[in-house]
This record gives sequence, C-alpha cells and structure tokens, in this order.
Amino acid sequence: MSGPEFVATRWRPPSLIESRSSRWFIGIAVALYLVVAASSIDVNWTRVAEGIARGGSFFIAFTNPDFTTHSRDIFSGLYESLTMSFAATFIGVLISIPVGLGAARNIAIKPVYYFCRTIITVARSLQEIILAIIFVAMFGFGPFAGLVTLSFATVGFFAKLLAEDIEAMDPVQAEGIKATGASWLQWINYGVQPQVMPRVIGLSLYRLDINFRESAVIGIVGGGGIGATLNTAFDRYEFDTAAAILIIIILIVMVAEYSSGFVRQAVK
Amino acid sequence: MQPIWQRRTRGSDLVIWLGYLLGIALFIFCMQMISVNTEWFFVLDAPRVAADLADRMTPPRWEYGQELFRPLWDTLNIATLGTVFAVIIATPIAFLAARNTTPSRRFVRPIALLIIVSSRSINSLIWGLLLVTIIGPGVLAGICAITLRSIGFVAKLIYEAIEEIDESQVEAIEATGGSAAQVISYGIWPQILPAFAGVTVFRWDINIRESTVLGLVGAGGIGLQLQASINIVAWQQVSLILLVILATVVVSEWISARVRHAII
Repeated sequence: MSGPEFVATRWRPPSLIESRSSRWFIGIAVALYLVVAASSIDVNWTRVAEGIARGGSFFIAFTNPDFTTHSRDIFSGLYESLTMSFAATFIGVLISIPVGLGAARNIAIKPVYYFCRTIITVARSLQEIILAIIFVAMFGFGPFAGLVTLSFATVGFFAKLLAEDIEAMDPVQAEGIKATGASWLQWINYGVQPQVMPRVIGLSLYRLDINFRESAVIGIVGGGGIGATLNTAFDRYEFDTAAAILIIIILIVMVAEYSSGFVRQAVK
Repeated sequence: MQPIWQRRTRGSDLVIWLGYLLGIALFIFCMQMISVNTEWFFVLDAPRVAADLADRMTPPRWEYGQELFRPLWDTLNIATLGTVFAVIIATPIAFLAARNTTPSRRFVRPIALLIIVSSRSINSLIWGLLLVTIIGPGVLAGICAITLRSIGFVAKLIYEAIEEIDESQVEAIEATGGSAAQVISYGIWPQILPAFAGVTVFRWDINIRESTVLGLVGAGGIGLQLQASINIVAWQQVSLILLVILATVVVSEWISARVRHAII
C-alpha cells in the first residue's frame, strides 16, 4: 500500500541532530562563527614565512639531536624531574587515600563527604601551571615549588577517581566483614581495600606518568626540572638540544605507558 | 593449635612488604635530593609571603576587566579553531591506526601510533614554546599548539571507538557491493558518530582550559595579560585574571557536560 511513498524518498542515514531546522541553524551559526573568528586573527605572514625556514631547521634537528653538548644540564634536569614526580606522586597518593575515603558517598557521613568533595573540587579547578606560578611566588624557584604543585594536582585527580571506585564497589563483601564485628579500620582494611587495590596501583602509575609530563611544563615558570632546561634551549635557539630533550621525554613516556600496562596486568 | 586465617602466604606477604620498603626508601631518597636543591629559608618564610601576597591581590582591580574582553575572545578562538583543525587531521589518522581499518598493520599502523604518542606526550605549553620560536608569537602559534597537542588525544579515542564497532554492519554494507568509501560512511561512521561528537566536545573543554595559559609562553590569549601582570608585579590584576580564567573554565565545563549529555 505504502510502497510508492518509500520509493519516492531517498533513504538517509540517521543524523546526529534530529530536527532539520535546528540542523540548519547550528550549521549556519558554526559557519558564521568560523568566518568571524578567522578574520579576527591578525597574522604577520612575513614573520611566518621567515619562521617556516627555521621550522625546517628544527625538523632537521630532530633527525640529528644533540645529546652531548649539554648532557650535564639535560641529565640533572631529568633527574630533578623524575625525583620530583615520584615524590609528588607518593605524597599525593598518601593524602588522597583519606580524602578519597571521605569523598565516597557509601562510606563517609554527610559533613565529611561535603568537606572532602570541596577539597577535590578546589584541587581540580586550578591548572598545574597556575598553581606553579603561585607556589613559585611563595616558595621561591626550584624543585620544592614543583613538588608542592604536583602533589596538590595529584590529590585532585587521585582522590576523585578513588572515591568513584569505592562508590562502585560490591557492598556485599564489605557488609560481610562488618557482620563479623570488625572495627572500622578492619572493615576498611578487609572489606574495602582489597576491592580497590588493583585500581589504586594502576592509577598511581598513571599519575606518575602524568606528573612526569607536567614536570616538563612547570619548569617553564620556575618550578624546577627538565622544563627549565628545555626553556633555556629554546631561548638560545639550540634546536638540536631541545630536540634531544623532547625525544627523551617521548621515550620515557612511552616506556612508562608500556610498563604500566604490564604492571596492571600482573596486579589483576 | 588452631590455625589462624591469613589472607596471603608468608612468601607473598614478604614480597609485598619488600615492595613497600623499596617505595619508601626511594621516596626518602627523592626528598633528600629535593631538599638539597631547596632554599629552606624561603620555604619557612612562605606563610608570611603567602599572607603578603593575598594582601596584595585583594581587592582585584575590576576596571582592568575591560581590557580582558579581546584576550578572552582570542582564547576562545584558539581553543575552538585548534579543536576543529585537530579533529580534521586526527580522523584519518584514527582510521589508519585502528586494527580493523588500517591498510597495513605492519607499516602504516606503527607510524600512526607514533604520531599519536608524540602528540600526546608533549604538553601544549611546550608545543607553544616551540611554535613561538618558529612562527613568532601570537594567536596562530596558539592555534597550532592546541592542534598539535589535540591530534593524539582525539585520534586515540576515535581509533579505540573504531576498534569496538559491530563488524556485522560493516559486513552487511560490503555484501551489498559497497565501495570502501561507502563502507566507511554507512557501515563505520554512524557507529562512531556519538563517540566522535563526545570526544570533540570533551577535547574542546580541555582546550579552553589549556589555551588560557598558552599566553605564558607568548602564544596568545588571556595568558599574555597574566604574564604581563606578573612581570610588573601587578598582583591585583593577576587575581582578576585568575578569577576570569576560573569562570571561563567552569562555564566551558558546564557547556561541554550539557552537550555531551544531549548527544550520548
């Protein structure tokens, strides 16, 4: 009966936005925005053209990185970054455990829950680099400001994910421990901790990886570590040294990513 | 004698304690290393400095707000245009990296994965630093930095979505005699579209956050004003800029949450 109607309309795959008019409206608004935005950018094209040649020399530097000339600075920067990120992960995780326990809705009482959630929100809302600026102003240049920055950022990240994991755990096991008459500490230790431990280890390794990457940045504003070395290399147009540092960073991140997958598999 | 229940055998207990011991020893070593390179006088003096800083930051210089509209617009453009370019470049890379769509697992896939890892492991501020020395300071360097940084993130999440698709739909399109392009547009694309839109909005939100500080290295946006204010120790301007950045981040997070809620 309704055959001819189907023949007349061409089938189209379903679209993301259902209403046809709002699809058009959004499309036109986006196009308009792109035109306005693109025209509001003033670009010094002669400078860009000049720079492209320099950019070429940078890419050549990548094929011929210079590890040796400033090997001392690279090594000490790297050493500082690694110690900073490990210590910060350690401190951050240590602080995160009570905060995370307090921020889990199924474990904490209401006032503690709101208090810990506030800590997490504050720690998450500020970016590492802005924290670093403030802490460098407070503690002076050097790795201590970087350590405090990374620890602070770790708390926001780790406590939130830990709390979410505790909220998603199996309540039956925890209840079983409680039914034996266990104290609060025993309840946490035998009912909750075994359930979240694999994830705690996995997240710590992931955060160590993030902290190392971030430590490369906070050196730019004076927080110590490899970032300071990198910044100096760029300021002096020593692209071959900068390329060497970037290659080292990429390699370490790759190794960390690969080995953390390995450890996580083993813990499971 | 009644045996006492224990969670682990003595051997595995020992291994775990050894692990803790090593971790703590490494931590103490690291702290010692840091404390050698720290001027403890400054650290001990920090509470006084912090109080002084807080005193100098309040009240924020509200009149300065008028000069922040243009940088804020630049920041928005850096994040949005950067995201657009990144998505355009990342999508083909994602198809090359996904196990089920890559033309060659042995040659093309490792290259695509290398691009993804390099882009992801270098922070946008470092990309900014690099691009400012190459193409000069300004908004364009910021857009390029955000683009280069986002490619890896977007491509990684999209290629994971492609690997999780339902193959039977692809087979169905192939069975009708569809070409490779038709298989992608009718068999794969509709399946990854929600993930694609979600990733794009999510990355846009992160990019707003990152583009607010790109100016610290000269790559345009409100960070330029932040850097300038810090350099002339105008802490009342700094506090106003920090408030504006915080508000921007909160608003962008709210928008992205609403949009993601609507599509997924």
